[in-house]
Amino acid sequence: MARSRQRRGVGKAGWWWTCGAAVVSFCYFFPVLWIILTAFKTHNDALAIPPKFLFTPTLENFVGVFSRAYIKGQAAVDTGFDLFFFNSVFIAGSSVIVALILGTLAAYGFSRYPLKGNDTYLFIILTTRMLPPIVVIIPIFLMFRVSGLSGTYLGIILLYAAFNLPFAVWMMKSFFDELSPDVEDAARVDGSSDRRVFFKICLPQVKAGLAATAVFGLILTWNEFLFALLLTGVETRTVPVAMAQTIGGDIGVRWGLLAAIETLFLIPVIVVVFLLQNHLLRGVTFGTIKR
Amino acid sequence: MSTIELTNLTKQFGALTAVNAIDLDVGAGEVVCLLGPSGCGKTTTLRMIAGLESATSGEVRIGGQRVNELSPRARNVSMVFQFYALYPTLSVAENLAYPLHAERLPPPEIAVRVRRVSEILHLDEVQHRLPGQLAEGEKQRVAVGRAIIRDPSCFLFDEPLSRLDVQLRETMRGQIKEVLAGLSRATVIVTHDQLEALTMADRIAVMRDGRIEQFASPHDIFARPANLFVAGFIGTPQMNLLPATFIGRDGGTGRFRAGGQEVAMAIDGAALSADDPVTLGVRPRSLHLVSEARADTLSAVVDLIEPMGAETLLHLVDGGQALRVVVDHRSEPAVGERVHVAFRPEQTHVFDRLERRMT
Repeated sequence: MARSRQRRGVGKAGWWWTCGAAVVSFCYFFPVLWIILTAFKTHNDALAIPPKFLFTPTLENFVGVFSRAYIKGQAAVDTGFDLFFFNSVFIAGSSVIVALILGTLAAYGFSRYPLKGNDTYLFIILTTRMLPPIVVIIPIFLMFRVSGLSGTYLGIILLYAAFNLPFAVWMMKSFFDELSPDVEDAARVDGSSDRRVFFKICLPQVKAGLAATAVFGLILTWNEFLFALLLTGVETRTVPVAMAQTIGGDIGVRWGLLAAIETLFLIPVIVVVFLLQNHLLRGVTFGTIKR
Repeated sequence: MSTIELTNLTKQFGALTAVNAIDLDVGAGEVVCLLGPSGCGKTTTLRMIAGLESATSGEVRIGGQRVNELSPRARNVSMVFQFYALYPTLSVAENLAYPLHAERLPPPEIAVRVRRVSEILHLDEVQHRLPGQLAEGEKQRVAVGRAIIRDPSCFLFDEPLSRLDVQLRETMRGQIKEVLAGLSRATVIVTHDQLEALTMADRIAVMRDGRIEQFASPHDIFARPANLFVAGFIGTPQMNLLPATFIGRDGGTGRFRAGGQEVAMAIDGAALSADDPVTLGVRPRSLHLVSEARADTLSAVVDLIEPMGAETLLHLVDGGQALRVVVDHRSEPAVGERVHVAFRPEQTHVFDRLERRMT
């Protein structure tokens, strides 16, 4: 459908729609644009009223993210943000990979080997997402303290993976359900083992689903604040937590610095979505368009 | 030896018996068609041969060896699926090569075989396309190619031509027949299209409700249907099946009462006694119009005329009884006209109360 629409040409009515879409998109994008602009402003420019759209850009905020002087006149010190960025990437990446592997295998099982009570299990898996996370924070905090997972990479990665797992299972199951069972039968008759059928035939067909699931999971963990605040230590702190801790102090809120951190923080997600966007579009519209 | 033998094969899905104690044998180089209406168990039978369904009871033997317990990959069969089941993420060449990878053949050997099969099936130019970019006919050829690229012990086809248009179907029918003739393997084709079965098969097994109603050569199935179901299922236009009562015999000719009229038919030595209820079976092409009523004719009124090109199909009615007659398009009567119809006695059948053919 998308293809035939492109071929039809835009037309006069189409131009109106295009302009309308541009206005709406701009409204959505404006906060992001404002953050990016602020990242290049000096402290005074950032606080100026009326707001400045034209200014002399500066990179001092970006330098300040990684090393800055807390008190005027003192030598600049390392802020540790390179570690926090690494933590965010490592924790989000690992937890999504774990959730994707486990979720895909579970989804294939649910889809292909129907057992008694499958629907019940699927429902139970989903119930873990029905509570607001803050409800379970105390038991999880205690569990982490007792098991020594508090402040470790392993702990927070497992927790995020567990968060993403229900979504991954449900999402991937819907993708596997859509595949033609004949194709797998054909592969079996053609001499494939079950493992080869899964890896060679099924998995390549659900690439779009994997991409979509990965992106959604990544965004969720990337932006997660509450559990990261309570369960990560100094060494394993993620960027959202570290960012919050830059607010305050003796000089008030440093908007330019915050905006610079946010701008840097946006880049990995934008890169991932950009790389996967073709798959993503197919993934999120899967099943809604008749093939 | 490439043969398939099914003995007492049964498949139950819960309370439903999909295949009911069937026996079937396919010789080396023989093509057998499983023919029947949808839901008659023909595809389930095929899947049991392939190993995609397990048999509830009975035995499947391929090449003389019992294979019930073997997985599909261990049975060394090739199967063409109804919807082709091409691997959507692999190119045509990779699709063709897939079964060979599983056999762990060296790459040069694989390349040689892929080239040979693409030549036979005219797939050279689409080698690098994905299945989604192929026309129906090309997909069908890839599916066949993937089956013949190996050297399996038998071939299984599930409705191989059902998705093609009429012209393509005719071409592919010829092509598949030609390819199979060169391979001399036991082949089973599942179809609901009788023309496909009659043209491609050496023998046809007509199935209904999980049972084989008749297993014979296409000619026998057509000329000597074992029972009323086979008689009604095979042949277009459908055979006329007239409920009748036996009155008596004059030598080799039996007299019957059908819809208030008396007709005479050859019955040879069939054991019938007076007032036996029977069904008379006459193919529309075994009837012809005569100018006046005789002892062995039926009379009826023309209800509907269907021109079929060189021939015309007449729908006649007499009382509640309907009769189909195929006539030459030049001798076409008018709607509402009363006509007299005579039988060619050697092409009529009498079915007893249990629907078995007597003559």
